[in-house]
This record gives sequence, C-alpha cells and structure tokens, in this order.
Amino acid sequence: MIVRIMGEGQWTLEDSHFDELNKLDDELLAEMETGDAEGFRRTLCALLDEVRRCGAPLADDALEPSELILPSPDATLDEVRAMLSDDGLIPG
Amino acid sequence: MSGVMKRMGMIFRAKANKALDRAEDPRETLDYSYQKQLELLQKVRRGVADVATSRKRLELQLNQLQSQSSKLEDQGRKALALGREDLAREALSRRAALQQQVTDLETQHETLQGEEEKLTLAAQRLQAKVDAFRTKKETIKATYTAAQAQTRIGEAFSGISEEMGDVGLAIQRAEDKTAQLQARAGAIDELLASGALDDPTGMAKDDIAAELDRISGGTDVELELQRMKAELAGGTSQQAIEGGDASAAQDQAEGSTRHKFDKQ
Repeated sequence: MIVRIMGEGQWTLEDSHFDELNKLDDELLAEMETGDAEGFRRTLCALLDEVRRCGAPLADDALEPSELILPSPDATLDEVRAMLSDDGLIPG
Repeated sequence: MSGVMKRMGMIFRAKANKALDRAEDPRETLDYSYQKQLELLQKVRRGVADVATSRKRLELQLNQLQSQSSKLEDQGRKALALGREDLAREALSRRAALQQQVTDLETQHETLQGEEEKLTLAAQRLQAKVDAFRTKKETIKATYTAAQAQTRIGEAFSGISEEMGDVGLAIQRAEDKTAQLQARAGAIDELLASGALDDPTGMAKDDIAAELDRISGGTDVELELQRMKAELAGGTSQQAIEGGDASAAQDQAEGSTRHKFDKQ
C-alpha cells in the first residue's frame, strides 16, 4: 500500500506492516480526541518513523493516490483536528 | 472506527472525486487541473522567494544586533578600565537585553530556514508530478474513449490532486509562519530606526560612548605614550600596561588603545 507523509512525499509499504501502523493510528486518534498533545506528538513521531523505516520512497513523478495519509511531523493537534473536520484545512 | 491516517486518506480522495464528478467531459477536467497545477507551482516558487527574503532580512538584523552587542561589550570593558563600574554595568545590562533579542532572532531564523527547505523540496516534488501528469494527460486525451479512459483519468487525477492538497497546505502554513515572523522583524526594524538599538554603523553616539569619551579624553593619549615608551624600552605594550605601578592602575584596559570610540 502507499502511504503519504504530508510535506515529505509517499512511501510504499508491504501490507504486513499494516497491523503495527493501525495500532499506532488508533492510539493517535485516542490522543487527539482526549487532547493529549504530548502523547499525540510522541505517537505521531513513532508512526512516521515506522513508515520511513519499513517503506520505500515512491518516485517524485509517480502519480499514485495514497491509501493512507499522515500529517507532517510538525503538525499540531489542532491542525490535524481541523484537517479531519468537515471544512478541513486541505485546499482543493 | 478508522484512525487518523485512514480518515485523512478518505478526505483527500473525496476532494479529488468531487472535482472529477463535476466534469462533464473528463478531458476538460484534465486541462483545467493542469492549469491549476501550474498556478500552484508558481505560488510555491513565490512562497520560496518570500521566505528567502524574510530569512535574509533576519540575517541582516542579526548582524546589526550582534555588532551592537560587541560594541556594548567593548564599552563595558573600557568603562571598567577607567574605573567606572556604573557605566560598565549599564553597558553590560543593555548588552544582555540585546543578546535576548539575538537568541529570539536566531530561533526564528532556524524556523524560516526549515520552511524554506520544506517548500523547496515541495516545489521539486510538485514539478516532477506536474511533468508526469502532463505526459499522462496528453496520452489519455489522444486515446480517449469515455469508458476506458475513466479509470486512468481517475488515477492520474487522484495522484496529482493529493499532491496539490499537500503542497497547498504546506504553502499556507509557510505563509502564516512568515507573516508572524515578518511582524516581529518589523518591530526590530522600528527599534533600530528609533535609535533604541544603536545605529549599527557606529556613527551615532550613545550616552555611554559620550560619557566614556568625556572621561577618557586624556587617558588614551597617556596609554599611547605608555605603549610607545614600553616599545622604546624594548618591552611589549602589554607588559608596560600590566606591569605599571599604582598610578597606572587605570591603564589596565586590555587593548583599550585599539578601541577609539566614535573618533572617526
């Protein structure tokens, strides 16, 4: 599957890594909902590191949509909340 | 319940699909999207240039503050050599305030440099995607039949649309950060202009320099004479000054002859 880290590009990962990523992703969502900024930062970094460690970067000129999209490493909890809201921050 | 990364993926896809659904003829969507991509590329390039301009401005201000800070340190040293601890204290406390500004500006400089690097990479990625999209778009249009092209158009469009969303957000964030930092840089400019921070050219006289000039009117000459005598005697000026008797105690200004304050 293809995962995008916002601001960094796309990575291709084997499906076998999906379980670990999902666990971290659920944690991230829980921390976002409880407003645990510190936990959110920690989990987000772990999630991004996992993608970079297990994935192979996709070529810049590849036109593949991503299955999963992760916020950039410096994204704040509020920014991610806004991105997931109906209006969203995402242009287009 | 899906987590953050799945939801974000869905949001991006939904945006791309919405744009595609609006199109009566997908080929028009491809052309329109390509125009939008070129506009975004221009915007990102302008963004990189804006951030670079702000960074250079900060660098200029940092140099000004640092030279002012060095000047105050020299004044403090000279005041102490002339036995004016009160003046030295004043110079050093002003320097401490300036150092705080310098530290803040250095942090901002790092932030801007980070934004500049991110935007530069984003521009490179987007450029590569736009080039790939143009090729794909022309191929699809050349071999267009409604049924077979739909899927390929969808894939190409989703890929580029997602990248555009990502880069568009990066440029928004960079603009916000740059605007905040520019406001701060403007405040520093005002301080420099008002003379609250001294003229970095050193042409203007601050009160400490004026006081130092007043009390050291004859001292520099005395120090110069001491140094010359020492040279003639074959010793170093440093020895002459440091080895002086009690009456020469005020001459212990290390290298004070080097600092001719505002005597241009």
